[in-house]
Amino acid sequence: MRYAMVIDTLKCVGCSDCVVACQTENNVPIGYCRDWITETVNGAYPSIELELKSERCNHCDNAPCVRCCPTGASHQLDNGIVLVTADECIGCGACIESCPYDARYQHPDGYVDKCTFCHHRLEKGQLPACVSVCPTKCMYFGDLDDPNSEVSQLLKNRKHKTLAPEAGTKPQVYYLI
Amino acid sequence: LNMFGANSYLDELVKQNVTKKFKRTPTYCEVCFWKCAAWTYTDEEGNIQKIIGNENDSHCYGRLCPRGTGGVGMYNDEDRLKTPLIRTTINGEETFREASWEEALDLIASKFSNIKEKYGPEAIALLKHGSPGKHLEHLFKAFGSDTIAEPAYAQCRGAREAGFALTYGSWVGSPEPTDIRDTKCLVLIGSHIGENMHNSQVQEMSDAIDNGATIITVDPRFSTAASKSKHWLAIKPATDIALMLAWMNVIIEEGLYDKEYVEKYTTGFNQLKDHVSTFTPEWAYGITTIKPEEIRKTARAMASASPSVIIHPGRHVSWYGDDTQRARSIAILNALLGSWGRRGGFYFKESIKVPKYPSPKYPHPKWDWKNIGEKYPVAQMGITSEVIKCSIPSKDNKYPIKAWMVAGTNITKSIPEKEMLEKAMDELEFMVVMDTMPMDVTGYADVVLPECTYLERYDDIRSATNREPSIAVRVPAVKPKYDSKPGWWVAKQIGERLGLGDYFNYDDYEEVIEWQLQQMGTSLDEMNKIGVKNFSRTSGPLYLNENEAYHFPTASGKIELYSQELKNLGFDPLPNYIKHPEPPQGFYRLNYGRAPMHTFSRTANNPNLNDLKSENNLWVNPKVARILGLKTGQEVWLKNQDEITSNFPIKVRVTERVRWDSVYMVHGFGHTNKKLSRAFGKGINDTQLISKVAIDPIMGGTGMRGNFVSILTENPHKNIEL
Amino acid sequence: MQEELFTSGRNIPNIDPSLQIWHWPISVYLFLGGLAAGLLFFAALITVLKKDKEYPAAVKFASIVSPIALTLGLLALFYDLTHKLYFWRLYTTIRIESPMSWGAWVLLIITPISFLWVFSYYTELFPKWKLKFNFLNTFEKFLQENRMNMAIALIPLSIVLGIYTGILLSAFNARPLWNNAILGPLFLTSGLSTGAATIILLAKNTKERHLFSKIDLALIVIELGLIIHMLMGMYAGSEVQLEAMQLLVGGEFTLMFFGFVIILGLIVPAILELTELIGYKVPVAVPAILILIGGLVFRFVMVEAGQITRYLY
Ligand SMILES: Nc1nc2c(c(=O)[nH]1)N[C@H]1C(S)=C(S)[C@@H](COP(=O)(O)OP(=O)(O)OC[C@H]3O[C@@H](n4cnc5c(=O)[nH]c(N)nc54)[C@H](O)[C@@H]3O)O[C@H]1N2
Ligand SMILES: Nc1nc2c(c(=O)[nH]1)N[C@H]1C(S)=C(S)[C@@H](COP(=O)(O)OP(=O)(O)OC[C@H]3O[C@@H](n4cnc5c(=O)[nH]c(N)nc54)[C@H](O)[C@@H]3O)O[C@H]1N2
Ligand code: SF4
Ligand code: SF4
Ligand code: SF4
Ligand code: SF4
Ligand code: SF4
Ligand SMILES: [Mo]
Repeated sequence: MRYAMVIDTLKCVGCSDCVVACQTENNVPIGYCRDWITETVNGAYPSIELELKSERCNHCDNAPCVRCCPTGASHQLDNGIVLVTADECIGCGACIESCPYDARYQHPDGYVDKCTFCHHRLEKGQLPACVSVCPTKCMYFGDLDDPNSEVSQLLKNRKHKTLAPEAGTKPQVYYLI
Repeated sequence: LNMFGANSYLDELVKQNVTKKFKRTPTYCEVCFWKCAAWTYTDEEGNIQKIIGNENDSHCYGRLCPRGTGGVGMYNDEDRLKTPLIRTTINGEETFREASWEEALDLIASKFSNIKEKYGPEAIALLKHGSPGKHLEHLFKAFGSDTIAEPAYAQCRGAREAGFALTYGSWVGSPEPTDIRDTKCLVLIGSHIGENMHNSQVQEMSDAIDNGATIITVDPRFSTAASKSKHWLAIKPATDIALMLAWMNVIIEEGLYDKEYVEKYTTGFNQLKDHVSTFTPEWAYGITTIKPEEIRKTARAMASASPSVIIHPGRHVSWYGDDTQRARSIAILNALLGSWGRRGGFYFKESIKVPKYPSPKYPHPKWDWKNIGEKYPVAQMGITSEVIKCSIPSKDNKYPIKAWMVAGTNITKSIPEKEMLEKAMDELEFMVVMDTMPMDVTGYADVVLPECTYLERYDDIRSATNREPSIAVRVPAVKPKYDSKPGWWVAKQIGERLGLGDYFNYDDYEEVIEWQLQQMGTSLDEMNKIGVKNFSRTSGPLYLNENEAYHFPTASGKIELYSQELKNLGFDPLPNYIKHPEPPQGFYRLNYGRAPMHTFSRTANNPNLNDLKSENNLWVNPKVARILGLKTGQEVWLKNQDEITSNFPIKVRVTERVRWDSVYMVHGFGHTNKKLSRAFGKGINDTQLISKVAIDPIMGGTGMRGNFVSILTENPHKNIEL
Repeated sequence: MQEELFTSGRNIPNIDPSLQIWHWPISVYLFLGGLAAGLLFFAALITVLKKDKEYPAAVKFASIVSPIALTLGLLALFYDLTHKLYFWRLYTTIRIESPMSWGAWVLLIITPISFLWVFSYYTELFPKWKLKFNFLNTFEKFLQENRMNMAIALIPLSIVLGIYTGILLSAFNARPLWNNAILGPLFLTSGLSTGAATIILLAKNTKERHLFSKIDLALIVIELGLIIHMLMGMYAGSEVQLEAMQLLVGGEFTLMFFGFVIILGLIVPAILELTELIGYKVPVAVPAILILIGGLVFRFVMVEAGQITRYLY
């Protein structure tokens, strides 16, 4: 079991539904976020390229945030999901500094928080909240260990990339390009 | 059971989350007018946690757009209107005092009665939008006034409805019956789907991308849709008709049109052929700046997809005053390519009629919105701007309006020509505003009524017009917060005070809905469980049946490429390109549009959505930025051709996505009411700078894209003594 | 033109600007940790070499500073934690891969030893204040007898502590400015140098002062070499590292870095120390204090600038 997310940048319109949905699903306080949208524009009028992307914790295979955590609050499950246990976290911020994607933030209650791949929903057989609301259906979620899963198939058949692969973290959120 | 396989891990926090009990209540979204059906989830303490699309809704395919998901903020916003307010004067200064419902409603009833006595009920106008409008419309018609209008006509889709009605005999309507899901070629003329988040269209456009459909976007700005398109035609603003005439020229000259369809279903082809024969791509190039081969290539792409091609009618089309003619061009192109009534083109939509709850007949008003708009015979709805004009006393005003009720529309943001609007409001004897938020418009009212949000009330049954008919109900998920009340209750209370109790023969709107649902073979009980009920079609197939004759509801029974009706009214029977003014030296055309996470002005203060985007930016081309020395993030002010200066500054965004002759901003920001703690003073209100409108002579629409602004880097308000 | 921006989410007050979550306490903590490491290292080394009678400042007077520095350092670290109630969680596990974890453990061991060390000199340090209880006197005796054992333990522990202050940062692959192998030795050298400076400051005889001036000079030369090495490494590195280096050599931290760290914190004190060694009269407090300030500023620059450097955006 290796959970991964695949996001089709050719369909994403940058609407931010995934950001609000995460807020309401996961009680992310106003003023904070677990996911966000970036817009990249290249070229000069009228030959321009635009890429919109929904970004979040990459649930890295080689997760520096887990390694640097002094208490074990940051940990990785067998299915690849990287989580923080709030009442083991001392708020030292080491994991925030260690993440090349700036995917973590300090919750106003003091502990560090980030995307959980909506692990509580997976338990119930539901897709992550962001995936389930996306109006362009450009987000896919599933098991990379299963060669027949939608995500495996998409990665097999389509051109894709990950963010900052040079950081060596082996990110598990893939972008179809 | 777990659809992703076994997962042994369950930490304490997550366990709590999983076991939390939510109650779900059916509703349909009111953050825009699409009305997607949804479930409101409330926790045990009665807090609204989240709103999720209803998976059975063929109108939204179970997904909400960001605004719908952020609808919780409409309820939670602590700046909401909390009690009725009545205008008073304290120490010579006009202000509002809190009042009881009793007092506010009595005051409204007595004012309405007085005005009825003096001028007749017609002198009270209803300006409305969205669900609350329905209840008040009933009240007004019962009272004897059909002086009703909404900004969603003359400021929005009116021109395309007129253009399509003139061509096909029926208007496009909402939602547009575009078969985007199955199209092979989608052509967007300015329509910026993806920023314009009309939900099912966004979803279907995404399906179309998956299906490899060719998307062609015509837009002077590099819109999100343009970035998804195979062809982006970076057109010079205000020249779309020229482009479309050239497309028709290519399609006809090269014989690419659907000959059988044109033969069978249209009239006036020969006139059209003659008309466009000189409008070659080379001719259009000089006007639109789009290269002739680009025009030919895109025309051929459309034709090769025919009839599974959609030249999208657009929605907010009040641009340059010749908008009905532009809509006609779109309608004609669709006809040439045979897409109306074809798979992947336009389907025949259907909705189910919700039976009307028994109530006495409405009296006949002496004059109504039609009379007010009589200069524009093609108009099919009230023209808000004409209603406003009639509210300014003058000798030749045949339809004097003395009072307004405004509900669910923030006219100070949605109606251009602020000076005229303020003059009208100044002249009124009485003005009531019913809103949920202390929007700018409430500041002009004599009485402000706080409506509760859509999550706290019953409303009419939503009957959606789609491929298959469906209905959805709105049931309150929680009790109204503060001292706010549902619109139906307000209508009934005013009605009873005006002696119209017979028209409101129920204690709770629940009874009305229950009765209607019973008539439709269901019940509120059932609807509470399912939220949405889908019905099968009864009007016939989704597309034209090629073996049967089809009668279009036009005078000729055919698609009127050549419009005799327009000819008779003294307008061009076939569209012509006319040149529109261009920005003078030092000025830029003010272009505006939508941001996907906001609806007009209504969401600017919504805590969840404000968090996503708290202000609008001024998009400026790098060339312009270089000349004016502007940097991203810098605050500037705008001044338009009529010397109107923006109240607030706006932050510059230097971007290649906009042309050098225009600047662009998202509509709906720059709020002036300080009670909006998040939205006040954030960004610029485009409407303030739209002081010049180009009125569409055919249907009275107010073209708003002909305003030009200069960019000020110094605060123009600095030296003004206050 | 290339344009990259956050459409939503990140550009909100609590996220992007405050992703710089390490504030001054962390710099102070790293500085004090390094200082204590230096002091304890020299005290232990001199003791092991049985030169403790000749160099009283190093083993005795200056080592009063280390428990104080360690305590203040720990307080600073604690102050910067945002979920303080769970502080004890640090000591329910040992996480080999986490510098923060083994730093916490090293501190847990070294801080009491530093107290015991000072206590072993109690009678010599505070001859006027007699210990009230007999068992304390016995305890002091016991410690004096075991001073050599403490010293043997302190040598590796202090080196680990000194390196740790650098590795804590360099382990962060995500911050290109920090992510280089030189930061550990560099911070260790700098810590030793600040330790030596403190000893110089407190030394009463010229012999001790001169020995530590020589040691310090050598340390400064090494430190300068390491800094040059670090910058060269970044210069030859990836684009993000190049950008990181720009912050130090041609960006907002240049003045702090070259002015306070390299010139005033290393080169000037080196010259002053050299001048004094040759025999000219120089107030010895000046280079020592400059080195201490330089060391502190160096931590500030590295912590602040490092957090700005990123892979993305
Ligand atoms: N998120 C969100 N979605 C919404 C709404 C909302 O408030 N928020 N409102 C809804 C409503 S009621 C409506 S009516 C629709 C409106 O949505 P649309 O019908 O898509 O709106 P328009 O204003 O026609 O389109 C704006 C686009 O037109 C381009 N444009 C400007 N001038 C010209 C020109 O001369 N020629 C061409 N070809 N293009 C031009 C602009 O650059 C911009 O990209 O959106 C609906 N959807
Ligand atoms: N400059 C400029 N003008 C425009 C446009 C533009 O793009 N630029 N767009 C035009 C178009 S396409 C349209 S459709 C119109 C839309 O114009 P409006 O319908 O005026 O749109 P909003 O600004 O969203 O105003 C809605 C008002 O309803 C209130 N409201 C929201 N929910 C409720 C409710 O449940 N009950 C009550 N009583 N009130 C509620 C909101 O607080 C707000 O004051 O604007 C048009 N005008
Ligand atoms: S919800 Fe989907 S389309 Fe919208 S921004 Fe997120 S990923 Fe993109
Ligand atoms: S993205 Fe950042 S927080 Fe997430 S697993 Fe990777 S390093 Fe850790
Ligand atoms: S902040 Fe919390 S989760 Fe992050 S490293 Fe420190 S203890 Fe671990
Ligand atoms: S997977 Fe869940 S937690 Fe992660 S961004 Fe999506 S909604 Fe938020
Ligand atoms: S399109 Fe969005 S805002 Fe409009 S009704 Fe649907 S969910 Fe609500
Ligand atoms: Mo509209």
